[in-house]
Amino acid sequence: MNNKKMTLSEIILTEKFGSPVKSGDYIELPVDHVMIHDLFAPNVIVKFQEMGFERVWNKDKVAIIFDHLIPASENHHPDLHHQALKFAEKQGITKIHKADGICHQVMVESGYLKPGDLVLGTDSHTCTYGALGVFATGVGYTEMAAILGTGKIWLKVPETLAFNLKGKLPAGVFAKDIILKIISDLKSSANYKSMEFIGESVKTLLVSERLTMSNMTVEAGAKVGLFPADSIAINYLKSHGIFSSISNNPEAQYLDVFDYNLSNLTPQIACPNQVENVVAVTELEGTLIDQAFLGSCTNGRLDDLKIAAKLLVGKKTKARLIVTPASRRVFIEAVKLGIIDILLKAGAIVTFPACGLCSGISGGLIADGEVMIASNNRNFLGRMGSKNSQTFLGSPATVIASAIRGKITDPRTFINKKQLLLRPNSKTATAYEKI
Amino acid sequence: MKINNNLKIITGRVWKFGDNVDTDIIVPSQYLALSDLNEIKKHAFEPLMSNFAGQVRNGDIIIAGKNFGSGSSREQAAEVIKALGVRVVIAESFSRIFLRNAINNGLWAIENRLDVNTGETITIDLVEFSLKGSFGLISLPRFPPLIMDIVNNGGLIPYMRKKNNNE
Repeated sequence: MNNKKMTLSEIILTEKFGSPVKSGDYIELPVDHVMIHDLFAPNVIVKFQEMGFERVWNKDKVAIIFDHLIPASENHHPDLHHQALKFAEKQGITKIHKADGICHQVMVESGYLKPGDLVLGTDSHTCTYGALGVFATGVGYTEMAAILGTGKIWLKVPETLAFNLKGKLPAGVFAKDIILKIISDLKSSANYKSMEFIGESVKTLLVSERLTMSNMTVEAGAKVGLFPADSIAINYLKSHGIFSSISNNPEAQYLDVFDYNLSNLTPQIACPNQVENVVAVTELEGTLIDQAFLGSCTNGRLDDLKIAAKLLVGKKTKARLIVTPASRRVFIEAVKLGIIDILLKAGAIVTFPACGLCSGISGGLIADGEVMIASNNRNFLGRMGSKNSQTFLGSPATVIASAIRGKITDPRTFINKKQLLLRPNSKTATAYEKI
Repeated sequence: MKINNNLKIITGRVWKFGDNVDTDIIVPSQYLALSDLNEIKKHAFEPLMSNFAGQVRNGDIIIAGKNFGSGSSREQAAEVIKALGVRVVIAESFSRIFLRNAINNGLWAIENRLDVNTGETITIDLVEFSLKGSFGLISLPRFPPLIMDIVNNGGLIPYMRKKNNNE
């Protein structure tokens, strides 16, 4: 039933709808899976009851993940967990994660998603799953309550912007730099739209790198950020028990196509207080920092921790360094590989896998006048501490290079041994691809 | 404060905001785990201005620039605005999650670029979808019927409750 010119979004939504759709159509669709995190679970439950629903439409398609309030930093936080658990028990929901890490990493690791699915979550970074060809986006708690009751959602089929990636990332330049550059060019002009990554370089990007990029498409306003589920994604999915794929359409007709030559890219950094305020790291080199943060659903995966360990081995950081692995599995693997040992000896404060500092609730909030460089996705005014503080966003390599020097530092400074900053490839990434 | 959803012509004072007012500003994260919206609303827009909650009046209208409500999916952003008596937000553009949250809470979020200042008085007609002020009389874009229906019912909860009762 696919029309020749369909984009990946239109292909997925056509499959769900049962007849051809085009951008601009308002359609009601069946939902494949939902994700609810602890912070909004009680609100979802209240709205669900207020709507007059009694049973969730499918208990096996609901995941409830505790991550924003783990471990609790105020004494009313565990009340939210109790409310969620009581609801889950009543409804027979078994996909419960009480302390396994950040919801998006847990969803990806647990094999809950397959390419071509329509997935909604109570978190704006639900678009992360687009890295695996999943049409996934964030909704509020009232919307989630209605989905729980009906198994359906109305959507406007988005227009699609394509990003044609060519060339190869130079040493010291990472997926985070690609997406920061794209957001800087787009500002919020991808609002309501689908972003689709195409071109010869897609096949050079690992799943961890695609997750970083899809994760941040919401910062350009996008509804979804889609990669095809090609052989790299298929291998990853297989190891999680999912056997499914989805391809880009070479004939697709996009609203616009933007070419990016990765070979020319340099390390990028987002300045306070908007993600779109991006400049080359070289322009800010020497800016003093108080704290560096490596973590979050954007850049807290094993590949990110590996980059940190390679840079930090045998060194001490000048700035305070907070490291938060994205999940329990990532944490366990990082311990096994000796990464955590290196980070601890370098002076890092390693916290339990959760949203932590990025959610602004706990885990390393910064004070008036302090400056931080962070690997997460947002640097909004007052988000991670005082409204009189400043946060810059960069790749894990830029964050760690800056932590070592105590000032914003181009990670290419540390390329004295060539292999030091080479991106993980399919061989070195084996351990990650398994978890 | 009692919000009258049936009032179709609203005259109110303007609160003007710029571009990229994100939901961390509308409701800072540290108040999200509070269960009482009346507590949360006291902190609305706190990083940008102190005591917005104390100054805003029933029927006031928020006018903003591009990308209003960007960032986090927190629905409290739409809820507190409505709880403070604001029934209409007009912005050059909205972030998509905020837009859906506004619709689902029966808060009108209408796209238009307006040249007005804080304190001016404007009148919006939600039947004709027109707006009157120092800039003259202009017409506003309408939503598709499904969305009009949800907002006119006061949001997704009353809309769903009605649907569930009819079934």
